[in-house]
Amino acid sequence: MSVYQKNDIKEKESSRTLSLIVDNQPGTLARVIGLFSGRGYNIESLTVTEVDNRRHLSRISLVTRGTSMTIEQIKSQLLRIVPVHLVRDLTLEGPFIECELALIKLVAQGSDRVEALRIAETFRAKTLDVTLSSFVFELTGRPHKIDAFICLMQSLGDTEISRTGVSAISRGSDTETKILEQITLN
Amino acid sequence: MKVFVQMGSDLQMNGAEAVIKALVENGVEVIFGYPGGAVLPLYDALFKNKKIKHILVRHEQAAVHAAEGYARSTGKVGCVLVTSGPGATNAITGLTDALMDSVPLVCLTGQVPTHLIGTDAFQEADTTGISRPCTKHNYLVKNADLLCDIVHEAFAIASSGRPGPVLIDLPKDIQLTDVIYKKKSTKINKIRNNYETIIDKNTISIVANLLVKAKKPIIYGGGGVVNAGPEASSLLSELVDLLNAPITLTLMGLGAVSSENKNFLGMLGMHGTYEANMAMHNCDVMLNIGARFDDRVTGRLNAFSPNSKKIHVDIDKSSINKVVSVDYGIVGDARKVLSLLIKEIIKIKDETTNSLINDWWTTINEWRNKKSLHFNQTSKIIKPQQAIKSLYEKTKNMDPFITTEVGQHQMWAAQYFGFSKPNHWMTSGGLGTMGYGLPSSVGVQVAHPNSLVIDISGDASFLMNMQELSTIVQYKLPVKIFILNNQWMGMVRQWQELNHGTRYSESYTESLPDLIMLAKSFGIKGIRVNEIDELDHSLDEIINTDGPVIADIRIEKEENCFPMIPSGAAHNEMILSADDNNTNISEVGLALV
Repeated sequence: MSVYQKNDIKEKESSRTLSLIVDNQPGTLARVIGLFSGRGYNIESLTVTEVDNRRHLSRISLVTRGTSMTIEQIKSQLLRIVPVHLVRDLTLEGPFIECELALIKLVAQGSDRVEALRIAETFRAKTLDVTLSSFVFELTGRPHKIDAFICLMQSLGDTEISRTGVSAISRGSDTETKILEQITLN
Repeated sequence: MKVFVQMGSDLQMNGAEAVIKALVENGVEVIFGYPGGAVLPLYDALFKNKKIKHILVRHEQAAVHAAEGYARSTGKVGCVLVTSGPGATNAITGLTDALMDSVPLVCLTGQVPTHLIGTDAFQEADTTGISRPCTKHNYLVKNADLLCDIVHEAFAIASSGRPGPVLIDLPKDIQLTDVIYKKKSTKINKIRNNYETIIDKNTISIVANLLVKAKKPIIYGGGGVVNAGPEASSLLSELVDLLNAPITLTLMGLGAVSSENKNFLGMLGMHGTYEANMAMHNCDVMLNIGARFDDRVTGRLNAFSPNSKKIHVDIDKSSINKVVSVDYGIVGDARKVLSLLIKEIIKIKDETTNSLINDWWTTINEWRNKKSLHFNQTSKIIKPQQAIKSLYEKTKNMDPFITTEVGQHQMWAAQYFGFSKPNHWMTSGGLGTMGYGLPSSVGVQVAHPNSLVIDISGDASFLMNMQELSTIVQYKLPVKIFILNNQWMGMVRQWQELNHGTRYSESYTESLPDLIMLAKSFGIKGIRVNEIDELDHSLDEIINTDGPVIADIRIEKEENCFPMIPSGAAHNEMILSADDNNTNISEVGLALV
């Protein structure tokens, strides 16, 4: 971006969730990430895994922040990347679901253990591992819910956190199948 | 699907041979390159193949610039072949230059064999990693069966949509693997992220209406028009005539409309004409076609053309609303959009249309009368402006191709040399690469062996890639190297004079070689021009020499390039001469480039 200041329109930045369909091949993720770092955009969360093993396509769910002009720019720039097939702006399209999985290890003694289990039950977290001095909880849900859970656990003892980042999908019966069918099988 | 081919069939070959065959199939006639360990099989295949001419450059950066010159002067895809490691890293500047200026290239790089990748092998570099942000797309071929498809796809990507460089990294073992040659698929594979969109008829009609009803229109054309082919350029002239609208062109767009067209206001931007910039500032409807509101063009953005409806036509969607918010964005090829616009305008235009803008032309002519490109050639010392002007007048009927380096001489060439056709002006616009012009002229002259090719150069830029003199001599390329020699990095010195209190930090070119002796050492003609009286006959001598010439034009040393929009200023805040520079550069302006 130019160092010449942009038009003096003060527009608030907002969070956007993008959903990309890309070729699952070496370098694709590097291209996407390189675009963000090279052009000074933010990535708040990014997840990627293959979702179509016939066409070798992956979905990247990406949360970014910016003014609407910046977001439009990000979307157009993403589409210039050759192995990127589809860029969807879920925030703009309509209702969508955002979900994240977190693994939380808590080291706690005595009554704190009871409290931890009680909170875990309230949040519907699963207990994956138990020792006499620790737990590992698994929790899925929206990022805010996970933030809240982690915050509570941190007040009970030493914690270690692993989060997947946001995975997202639109609500309703629309699918991408028709668009993806146009992509030739490799 | 498996294809069975009999042993000894002419479709069976090694990877390197398949690559060369695929280049031929994609219309490659010339390849610019430099050999090395990791590309020896490819060079072997080239040796056996007689259809492609190889031009041996003296530095890999020059190979890319030469291919750029070739591509820009012909409209074809340029092709480069370099080795792994340093060969590839040397090519990076050229690739970045091609990406910024949307030049279609395919660059083949050698790579260490696949089993050695990642071991820090000799001459190994992560070429696809390094070149990722400076190519339109790149490939590392790890499966020889995909080789042919990848080469075909690379050409399609390089030349489609907004053109750009594509790199293919070829490990040495892949070059030696036996493969079965695959022809380009007859049904054109849809390039996966398709630039082509359906141009909205409704927008075309709104835009046509705006243009027809405009009282103060301006058309601002860029390199996209040149890239869309010669037909786009003639359509642009047609549109200008139809509306009798003023037209200005960016550095990259020069030639899209003839400089002799009565509606042409000259180049716009930082060193553009007063009339072009004032017209941009005061217009009511702006049609930008194939340009990208570059910071050299817009000046201060919050004061950029404040009262106009802006229309932006670009093949790259990301160019629209990138730096300037526009009212109407049209994503599409300049040729297609222009022809639709013209049709629509013919439909709705009536006799009153052209008279609407009479007042506008009166105003523009007042700006023209400022004669912002005026200079005084009074003493015996040659003014650089005069040197370019005389060169233009001497050569304008010879259909010359001009390349330049980067700096003051480049701006003077853009201001004082007139271009009547597209694809005759090769300069490094986006990246501003000193050392672009000489190697670029190699590519242009190879493509047009019988044409007059002139590299307008500065002394500092010339030194950056002067090893290419050797290439010029080897291939007997009669390039005329026209060096405006002021012994300074002129543009750096100018900014130091204007913005940094004449503290000329490191901008003097110490220890310049004697350019005449240098020419002699390469066995080519050197001509020095010391005074204005010698200029005319020296130009004749330069032009009429059969072989290459180095012309050492000794010019006024501290001449500045004007008019100028100072950094951080707007279109209506131009300075026309050094005496005009009473405004202090703003603090923000000082930080700008």
